[in-house]
Amino acid sequence: MPTDLFSRRELIELGLATSAVSLVPGAALAASEESGPAATPGPQHTSDRVVRSFTINGTAYKVEIDVRTTLLDVLRERLGLTGTKLGCDRGECGACTVHIDDQPMLSCLVLAAMSEGRKITTIEGLARNGSLHPVQTAFIEHDAFQCGFCTSGQIMSAVACVRERRARSDAEIRERMSGNLCRCGAYPQILAAVRASMSLEPA
Amino acid sequence: MRSFQLHRASSIEDALHAINDRDTFLIAGGTELLNWMKEGIVSPRRLVDINPIAELHEIRVESAAIRFGALARMSDIAHHDTVSRDYAVIREALLSSASPQLRNMASIGGNLMQRTRCPYFRADVDLACNKRAAGAGCSALTSDDRVSAIFGRNEHCVATHPSDVAVALAALDATIELRSLRGSRTVPLNDFYRLPDRSSVSETILRQDELITSIVVPAPAATRTSRYLKIRERSSYEFAMVSAAASVQLRGEIIEDARVALGGVAHMPWRFRTGEAALKGVKLADAAAIRHAIAGEFVSARAGHHNGFKVELALRTTIRAIELAGGAA
Repeated sequence: MPTDLFSRRELIELGLATSAVSLVPGAALAASEESGPAATPGPQHTSDRVVRSFTINGTAYKVEIDVRTTLLDVLRERLGLTGTKLGCDRGECGACTVHIDDQPMLSCLVLAAMSEGRKITTIEGLARNGSLHPVQTAFIEHDAFQCGFCTSGQIMSAVACVRERRARSDAEIRERMSGNLCRCGAYPQILAAVRASMSLEPA
Repeated sequence: MRSFQLHRASSIEDALHAINDRDTFLIAGGTELLNWMKEGIVSPRRLVDINPIAELHEIRVESAAIRFGALARMSDIAHHDTVSRDYAVIREALLSSASPQLRNMASIGGNLMQRTRCPYFRADVDLACNKRAAGAGCSALTSDDRVSAIFGRNEHCVATHPSDVAVALAALDATIELRSLRGSRTVPLNDFYRLPDRSSVSETILRQDELITSIVVPAPAATRTSRYLKIRERSSYEFAMVSAAASVQLRGEIIEDARVALGGVAHMPWRFRTGEAALKGVKLADAAAIRHAIAGEFVSARAGHHNGFKVELALRTTIRAIELAGGAA
């Protein structure tokens, strides 16, 4: 294992870049993009492919994809933006939360094919010039994660909560953040991080 | 997920031409449909994306009503100034639904069109469910029916409709505007839903070739107040065990007029018209009298094996919703 040469992340990204360049768009990529249970038995007709353009974290992308591909799969599998996580894949956990036109949404339930022209922000897009977003800093300062799996989604929801400035109490922050589940139970710390980000007085 | 053609509708007319086909589905917010497609519950050959149709997104305040385009998002309606001020029951119903992310994605039309289903509908293992496969039977009837209906139960389906805002709209006598290539029709929301029967387990009277264009809610009198009370085991991000939408017009301490609809108790929102009539003249502070007025509605209540608690829970939820709507603490 060439651990001195590459970090594990760099090794995966290298593999991703290589496969994206060398493969002909079609069967192999389509296989990695399918989600859900086994395909319907019977003759498989050619899956429809579409070309879509969107802006992600300020960068313009144009991709050719299977029409079934979710935005989540485009981010992670095609573009290597693995900060957004796949949790339940059915809209129940919030781990896949991204901003679409500045609104928090669940990327596992968005067809990339329906996102033409949209402005998308992922966790990777929050830092500016190497500096963490204030909400990211608050999450670190308030120990608002344990395993970190839900954290990207939590932060994306928290950024929106702070921006909207509607929540005025702990109860309202909790409600605003209720679309993001944390199996480690870091809720009190997440609440503290969001409260601090909004400069609300401690409860 | 079976592959499909994706067609972006350029207009309502364009969408109507496209949907006159059993294997073609409309897609709005996609928060319900994509789950069914991922799980193989439905396999459309074509999806018609109606989101490009701008007029369907409008929220319009009219002189005697408010009009929601079918694609108006739940979050946009909930945070609309007029809705917040005059239609508290709609705002509260919407904000108690789903999650903030889902509310940013889901449309009001799609919310009304959610399938009435219970957990057997999307079980990983194929368990008998008439909604999933017509004629397969109903597992809930003989097994876990804890969340099932207490009104309008029949052997086809005992699930409850998941929408909160449908209950609020039922209490407010909203109407739904439908359009097809043959023309338009307006249907009261309370007539939009149906109980399953031998011919069909469909939840609504919407025809294959019809599209919901808007939902219209009459403006309330300035002194009419409303509330939505949702009772569930988790404090957020969960369907109602029982819910109640109440709208009251008071004369001093007396209920002059009341509208009451329940959720979580039937295949569709359940309006308490008899109870409403009996509430006229009842003192808001007299809980016993309120209970007496609505008790008659529960004569037709039928529990399953594990949901008997819902009868008393629904009674108390209704009383509390009426009290809250009237401004009681």
